[in-house]
Amino acid sequence: MEIGISHYLILSGILFSIGFVGVLRRKNLLMLFFATEIMLNAVNVAFAAIGNYYGDLSGQMFAFFIIAVAASEVAVGLGLLILLHKRYGSLDLEVISSMKG
Amino acid sequence: MYEVIAFYVFAVSTTILFTITAMSKNVLYAMSSLAAGMVMISGLFFLLGADFLGVVQLIVYVGAVMALYAFAMMFFDATKDIKERHQNAPLVFLLGGLMAVLFVVMFSAPIIGDNIQALYPYAVDEFGNSIKNAEYVGMILFTKYLIPFEVAAVMLLVAMIAGIILAGKKMDYSLTECEVSDEELKVEELDIAEKLKKEEA
Repeated sequence: MEIGISHYLILSGILFSIGFVGVLRRKNLLMLFFATEIMLNAVNVAFAAIGNYYGDLSGQMFAFFIIAVAASEVAVGLGLLILLHKRYGSLDLEVISSMKG
Repeated sequence: MYEVIAFYVFAVSTTILFTITAMSKNVLYAMSSLAAGMVMISGLFFLLGADFLGVVQLIVYVGAVMALYAFAMMFFDATKDIKERHQNAPLVFLLGGLMAVLFVVMFSAPIIGDNIQALYPYAVDEFGNSIKNAEYVGMILFTKYLIPFEVAAVMLLVAMIAGIILAGKKMDYSLTECEVSDEELKVEELDIAEKLKKEEA
């Protein structure tokens, strides 16, 4: 059995849905960050697979930029998390949220 | 044959590890399984012929991002389990599954259409040998994608400064051993002791 692009796409869809379920059900901000990392990785796999399918390098290029975006997102986001933890003493969204609705 | 075995090993292990990350109650378990899943993802990149991307994945994600998370967890209490109030779990899983289907359709829709051509096809040098992946990535990255590359560099610089300013503010004094508050406490204790002495007298 040959491993084609559909295998990789389905795998990345599964990984993306795992990350998405994590984003929807997590109430802790740090765990929410982990879930977004999973989603970014799933998209990276899809980009690399499609780039391989077409014999094209653009997919890998976009994956590089996604990695750069993820790294800067982590740097800023963790700073914000530390500030929130100093202020509220917790990272739970139910504790932090101030808007009622 | 080896490719098939490798693909299924990497696919199953990433799925299991990321499921642990998304479902675990313990932050430490979630983080370490996320790091292991990133390593397995880089294996998938190597299978796809994207050698340089796999190496970058290992260095940046497993090396830098995970180390950053580990450092950040020193500020939070990572030992105790996280309590979360979950509501309407079936809806969450239904939406997640729908999202997966949508994702696959979205990415595979252009493949069904045949009028797509490779923008930067894998190159061949003058002797007919295919150029190695890392070399070709460098050639494309520093010609066609030079401006996005520079913009990404500036973005990383801005993110670094923002991270330092956000996390490093008031880093020079400890929250638990603040000298000023310690002195105030001593003064208060002395006051209370003097009052007690007066009352006894």
